[in-house]
Amino acid sequence: MSFKRNILDLRKRKKEAQQGGGEKAIEKQVAMGKKTARERIKAILDENSFHEYDLFVEHTGRDFDMEKKVLHGDGVIIGTGTMYNQPVAIYAQDFTVAGGSLGLMHARKITKIMDHALKMRVPLIGINDSGGARIQEGVNSLAGYGEIFYRNTNASGVIPQISVILGPCAGGAVYSPALTDFVFVVENISKMFITGPGVIKSVLGEEISMEELGGAMVHSEITGNAHFFAKSEDECFEQIKKLITFIPWNNAQKALKFPVQEPLSKKSIEEIVPVDPHNPYDIRDIIKAVTDGSDFFEIMEYFARNIVIGFGRIQGNTVGFVANQPMYLAGVLDCDSSDKAARFIRYCDAFNIPIVTLEDMPGYLPGVDQEHAGVIRHGAKLLYAYSEATVPKVTIIIRKAYGGGYIAMNSRHLGADFVFAWPTAEIAVMGPEGAANIVFKKEIEEAENPAEMRKQKIQEYKDKFANPFVAAAKGYIDEVIEPSETRARLIHSLEVSGSKVDPRPAKKHGIPPF
Amino acid sequence: MIRVLLKNMVFHLSDPNFAKNLNMEDNNPKYQTFVVNSAKYLTLTTTKFDRRKKWQKLDPKEIRSFIPGSIIEIFVTPGQQLKAGEVILTLEAMKMYTKVTMPYDGVIKSIEVTKGNKIPKDTLLATIE
Repeated sequence: MSFKRNILDLRKRKKEAQQGGGEKAIEKQVAMGKKTARERIKAILDENSFHEYDLFVEHTGRDFDMEKKVLHGDGVIIGTGTMYNQPVAIYAQDFTVAGGSLGLMHARKITKIMDHALKMRVPLIGINDSGGARIQEGVNSLAGYGEIFYRNTNASGVIPQISVILGPCAGGAVYSPALTDFVFVVENISKMFITGPGVIKSVLGEEISMEELGGAMVHSEITGNAHFFAKSEDECFEQIKKLITFIPWNNAQKALKFPVQEPLSKKSIEEIVPVDPHNPYDIRDIIKAVTDGSDFFEIMEYFARNIVIGFGRIQGNTVGFVANQPMYLAGVLDCDSSDKAARFIRYCDAFNIPIVTLEDMPGYLPGVDQEHAGVIRHGAKLLYAYSEATVPKVTIIIRKAYGGGYIAMNSRHLGADFVFAWPTAEIAVMGPEGAANIVFKKEIEEAENPAEMRKQKIQEYKDKFANPFVAAAKGYIDEVIEPSETRARLIHSLEVSGSKVDPRPAKKHGIPPF
Repeated sequence: MIRVLLKNMVFHLSDPNFAKNLNMEDNNPKYQTFVVNSAKYLTLTTTKFDRRKKWQKLDPKEIRSFIPGSIIEIFVTPGQQLKAGEVILTLEAMKMYTKVTMPYDGVIKSIEVTKGNKIPKDTLLATIE
């Protein structure tokens, strides 16, 4: 008899705790155009798959009258559930409870689910919506952040870690997402910064809005902190569901194989690329012409647009694409594009995803700003990442492959398994224009008509060196192929690399030029 | 389990949001000429690229702030002769008082800030004759 009473009591307690910050706070959250933490979890996971833990956890604040306050769940919801029937761990900060502020128990809940995710080798999804450290709990809040960062770092490269920024995420809080693999942001909702507009105004007198300082587009386009930009929370959740189909559940597995689909491309692959190497096209069209179902899931679409990264499938298997984008900044390599590609290559390598590189770039971006911004250090990241990666690595050289950029873009010399070139490829120490100016400097200067001589010498250089055959003669590329053979070559290369073993010297870890 | 999983995924693959057409986003992009190693390329630029600051040689006669902060105290007036290392003003930045000193022997030409000013990084503080 008393059993029933206990059950009724439990239900009452649960119902109350699940209210979070109560009706008024929820109304406010909705008025800001935001979903509640519970709705968000529900939207991401399979239907009815969420199992919550630590619902009854209470905060431990004892100063500033905090002991009199009840904060349900201490402002964060943790649990496990499934996506496509595969287990995942998830936490969501609840802004309706004390602004989602992070106190000691709040952090303990997060670290509990992180430990669980790492032990069980399942992906971790973190939804951030928090005003920051709970000031009343003082150094305990800071301790909490540190313990989260430590676990983010330990889990890095073992399980996929996804951060979803659905509210403010300021100060110390921003560093957990920054340590994770993929950061999702939503227009007008996500705000990330170390120092907010208020402090900036009081110190500098500079006025800037939150959106201009650290809004979703700023982090997608300018800082490169965010990987995926969405216009609404629903779109964001669809992106997460799409991403998760491409990646393995942990670093000991491979991504799931899908049914094979032929590309849907209507144009033939040659039609996409202008023969004149000075004219632009969208490299993503080439990617879509070789991937299953012409499906390409781009990552960091707006940041460093001169390089394109993302996932597609070839014969049902996930492939990471790294491709120069001639449509932006002529596809040059620079600080940001090197940084963007290097991190993605390391992601693919950590999670057993083969890398396909499409190359069409005129070299590194010249300029004082680039040199002073450390293009040497950032550019080195790309060399490091490609050289370090032991997953299958295939390169297709489409047009320009000049100078240091040729080496950097997964050349044979950095350990590419297969390098193919289209007949339009120009593999040379530099472009004909630049090379002619140096090699034939004297002839051009001494000629009666220097402009005419220069033109002639450029052509001479072009005929001799601006082709794939010089490199093919040395075995630096494995085969010159017709563009229409590209997909077939990729399929075969990846098939024969299926059991690739590439042992490296034992070490604690390398020291990449971070 | 996998069959269910694949069934779910096929739904996502056919989602029109993700199956973008094989077209450029903009059919008439405004390409600009972009020079790399003497070769001219047609291409688009990025917001970040357009916003980059042009490099300028530092003028040794200008004293600029290296950190944002507030001017706490000014110790000199224009026309004053100073030796290298002598304090021109105190700048409070990040809760620290920093002395801005004379880089070499010279005469102060102008002081460009007043006590209490809140200044960003790279603000002109003073000039030397």
